[in-house]
Amino acid sequence: MGVLHNLISIQDLTRDTIDMILDHARDMEPLAVKRSKVLDGKIMACLFFEPSTRTRLSFESAMLRLGGSVLGFAEAGVSSAGGKGETLADTIRTVERYADVIVIRHPLDGSARVAAEFATCPVVNAGSGAEEHPTQALLDLYSIRRMKGCIDGLTISLCGDLKFGRTVHSLAMALTMYDVDMILAAPKQLRMKPSIIAEMEKAGVRVRQVNHIEDALQDADVVYMTRIQKERFPDIREYNAVRGHFRLRREDLELLKKDAIILHPLPRVDELDPDIDDSPHAKYFEQVEAGVVTRMAILDLILG
Amino acid sequence: MSSEKIGNIRIVKINNGTVIDHIRAGHALEVLQILGITGKEGSIVTIAMNISSSRIGQKDIVKLEDRFLETPEVAKIALVAPEATINIIRDAKVVEKNRVRLPDLITDIVVCPNTRCITNEPREPIIAKYQVISRKPTRLKCLYCWTIVDEEEIIRQFTER
Repeated sequence: MGVLHNLISIQDLTRDTIDMILDHARDMEPLAVKRSKVLDGKIMACLFFEPSTRTRLSFESAMLRLGGSVLGFAEAGVSSAGGKGETLADTIRTVERYADVIVIRHPLDGSARVAAEFATCPVVNAGSGAEEHPTQALLDLYSIRRMKGCIDGLTISLCGDLKFGRTVHSLAMALTMYDVDMILAAPKQLRMKPSIIAEMEKAGVRVRQVNHIEDALQDADVVYMTRIQKERFPDIREYNAVRGHFRLRREDLELLKKDAIILHPLPRVDELDPDIDDSPHAKYFEQVEAGVVTRMAILDLILG
Repeated sequence: MSSEKIGNIRIVKINNGTVIDHIRAGHALEVLQILGITGKEGSIVTIAMNISSSRIGQKDIVKLEDRFLETPEVAKIALVAPEATINIIRDAKVVEKNRVRLPDLITDIVVCPNTRCITNEPREPIIAKYQVISRKPTRLKCLYCWTIVDEEEIIRQFTER
């Protein structure tokens, strides 16, 4: 068994474990380029009950770069698990016999924990319900550390949908373990849950809430943008009014510190104008690369 | 009918049954609802509310003639009245006196209020589990989805029929 067994929630990890994963991700950088056989003979099952492009391909790419093999499904509707009404518990007790590690994305909260309860092999949560996306949080932390040199001491602005986005929930919980200032910029309908803000403040994070994205730019070392989803708004006019305010345009970049970076978990819709892509602040495609090495690190710590 | 004196008031004694004492003041009616007691059962039910108590300041008492509690009922009472004591009375004498105990981990008796929590999927072979994160007021955390269940929600679940 590896150094890690399951990876279900950021809240199960200590700062030391997170730092260990981030250190190992750095060690994976050269292997990501020249490839490795360290997980030769190991099989990863990807069970994606919800659509995903980046997370699934990133996990698969990470496993293949380490010499392992991959199986799974990306459309739950055509599998027994989704289409025929099989319980998650039964799916897991079956798939664990095919693979050495299970990577799961599921729409229900707590699903990855149930998977871990029934599996004898390790389970990695690739996004469960609205609350947890721990590997995204880890790759975000790794991106910040790789691009800024450290995490402690930074001011980090989270912008957009802070209520429903599981990415920002996991990232916010991860940042409670670091000495950071946080600026939360969201329309009033999509503000971060008070319980998460309370957890952050309890942990000593200095939190400031603002209503406009402009107020989140000036002091930030990291601007973390998220997508505002149309389906969260009962009235389309409300959505249209809000989306304009949470859009980063080229002229907004003048408000940023010279060395501030912009991250985004992607996919984007129109919250990041394409004409900022060539700006030195724009780091979201490098963040995708960081995702592969972070997941290589996680798989190696579990299976290696 | 004999009675006992508590503070400045006298409360009728029971011969066989259960006395639930040290219920947090104002919660006696919820305890009756949890036990499904409507008063139409025919046996004697005595309620005293907002009596002074040296242990918990103010308290309620419920006395139930010919009624003994099942273990799940005691567990529910522990959630809404964690300081309560349960006295078993036989032939007008206290034969057993127990303080309810709110364990650190609760299983099954509460439903996670998060409708998207996997514990609400009836076909999954799992038992909902909650960690007690606060005892005054009672607050639980679902160990699957981390939803916090507050006392008001617990009482609502136990008393809605």
